[in-house]
Amino acid sequence: MNGATTSAAASASGLAIDARGLSKSFNGREVVHDLSMQVKRGSIYGFLGPNGSGKTTTIRILCGLLTPDSGEGTCLGYDIRRDADKIKRKVGYMTQRFSLYQDLSVRENLEFVARLYGLPDARRAAGDMIARIGLKGREEQLAGELSGGWKQRLALGACTLPSPQLLLLDEPTAGVDPKARRDFWNEIHALAAEGLTVLVSTHYMDEAERCHEIAYIAYGHLLAHGTVDEVIAGSNLSTYTVTGDDFNGLMTELSGKPGVDMVAPFGTSLHVSGRDKAALEAAITPYRSNTKWHWQPSEPSLEDVFIDLMGRSTDNFQRG
Amino acid sequence: MSASDTIPTRETREPHFGFWRRSYAMLVKEFIQLRRDRVSFAMIIMLPVMQLTLFGYAINTTPRNLPTAVLTQEDTDLGRSILKAMQNTAYFRFVREVHTVAEFDELLQSGKVLFGVEIPRGFERAVRRGDKPALLVAADATDPVAAGSALGALGPLVQTALAHDLHIGDPPEMPFEIRAHARYNPAAESRLNIVPGLVGTILTMTMLIFTALSVTREIERGTMESLLSMPIKPVEVMFGKIIPYVIVGFVQATLIIGIGVFLFGVPIIGSLTLLALLTTLFITTNLAIGYTFSTIVQNQLQAMQLSMMFFLPSILLSGFMFPFAGMPVWAQYLGEGLPLTHFVRIVRAIMLKGAAMENLQYDTLALAALMLLAMTIAVTRFRRTLD
Repeated sequence: MNGATTSAAASASGLAIDARGLSKSFNGREVVHDLSMQVKRGSIYGFLGPNGSGKTTTIRILCGLLTPDSGEGTCLGYDIRRDADKIKRKVGYMTQRFSLYQDLSVRENLEFVARLYGLPDARRAAGDMIARIGLKGREEQLAGELSGGWKQRLALGACTLPSPQLLLLDEPTAGVDPKARRDFWNEIHALAAEGLTVLVSTHYMDEAERCHEIAYIAYGHLLAHGTVDEVIAGSNLSTYTVTGDDFNGLMTELSGKPGVDMVAPFGTSLHVSGRDKAALEAAITPYRSNTKWHWQPSEPSLEDVFIDLMGRSTDNFQRG
Repeated sequence: MSASDTIPTRETREPHFGFWRRSYAMLVKEFIQLRRDRVSFAMIIMLPVMQLTLFGYAINTTPRNLPTAVLTQEDTDLGRSILKAMQNTAYFRFVREVHTVAEFDELLQSGKVLFGVEIPRGFERAVRRGDKPALLVAADATDPVAAGSALGALGPLVQTALAHDLHIGDPPEMPFEIRAHARYNPAAESRLNIVPGLVGTILTMTMLIFTALSVTREIERGTMESLLSMPIKPVEVMFGKIIPYVIVGFVQATLIIGIGVFLFGVPIIGSLTLLALLTTLFITTNLAIGYTFSTIVQNQLQAMQLSMMFFLPSILLSGFMFPFAGMPVWAQYLGEGLPLTHFVRIVRAIMLKGAAMENLQYDTLALAALMLLAMTIAVTRFRRTLD
């Protein structure tokens, strides 16, 4: 009864995830610090951050696999501390490491999940899912023998089988080829179009840009969130794109100069960024006259913003 | 150019020290890993200490103070003297005095006593008359080792003690005859004793390992994370993991008992249904204990080691290999906590003595209690989160 009312309240507010002040430590090391996040129902929410930044821990807290040391939150309107059982019925969690049974076939794995969730006809549900994820013809193959891309499809199939309302995907496309990644994202968009909320963690910038909203987390702190445009605008980063040839020398000369916070090569061009626009321009003025290079003010890319955020967070949080 | 020169030079030198250097690298790595594995480290200390203690202090192949019942049909000085003389041999310890044959038989059949001494009516008068009456000593010979040495001591030792007690000097011969009756296994064949016990020992070993690995395997293969994120309760996981092996264990038990009966000629005197039922209970108890181990340890190696730690005292203290009644009290208490102890009694009683349920209530209840205890620990220990 209580669960139903909170659920109704959350639906009214339109939030699938509403977490406030989550913290979690392991052996005295704080992995997640005072993290708050709101995810709208039906949206695809990208969760970005370097390795070891607390993404997996946060996702595990949200689906009841870890208990936060402090903080409150609801997932689909259910309290993440008290209603873990109810959350598990409505949330599909795809782990970072393949965690289905390697010594069970594709069909057997899916039937296991279907039975566990009490689906009326496990065999048919598994068959339908095999068709949906395009594993027809491989249903009797052992899961452990599948290639990375197929494993990941199977894992997605397994966690969407019980028709969850929220999907938590922990780096689902790590180590998967570009074609399989694209198909995977098309599937995620199709699921979102059906009304599913998807929280997906990733390292890939192109994937971040496929999300409705993103959050950036480093060293357990949520550093930025919003739409891609909002995050870029919020970074207050000024960027120049340099084209031309031979900027090996230019790179070394610019990095470390006051006003230049980041120099990064992007294929045949160089991105030079700074948080203080005036200082950046002062720093690059001497080089702009050189005709070898062509300087053009540009929007910082998402990657520029993240690398800058990461660099700043290193200064703030990483000691020793 | 110079760099490409130095590389082949190093390669030609390498074989001289390569073998030792690589072995050394491996050795250092193994030591580091061993040092981190606290449980293995503890095992290195615990196993020999445990073995030495058990073998050195608990095990006694010429057991003394064996529980004995007396069926007294007359109360005379001579009778009391004989009993006292028997007790003085230190092999017998009189624990019960009964007055009917039915009670006497029940005590032997249920295994509460290993010996029964019957002093018949009119015994003293017959001795005085010089009739050389018989004093009946019934022994539970299912375990020939336990019964053997005591029976062997019976004649000469009792005679010496009696001669002293009756003040009759050195009698040229015994004024009565001691008639020893080795019940249930008259020919003292050790296979009759070993095969039923082996049923329990083999089942303990296999069942324990099946489930001891079950939870750790899920953790090591990473499947636990998925499993925990799905709506399944610890009790459900436990039953799902135990029940298939109950069937496996049952098949195994059938095989061992079948071989015992058809190849070694071990009888099944009691009820086959009762044997099947109590064997199933024993299998389930072991699976529950193995499963409990699985929820305690961190990896499969530790699970195997813990199973070993449990298996070893099970063999030594259960009465399977060495007479239970001959062990010191502390070891007997330890033994009572092991399922194999109870099952060895049950299986021997049913197969060799034809015991029925009413003879086996205590051991059955003990098995059930151990099973419930293990299951309770397992369910509470099972971690529902990854904290």
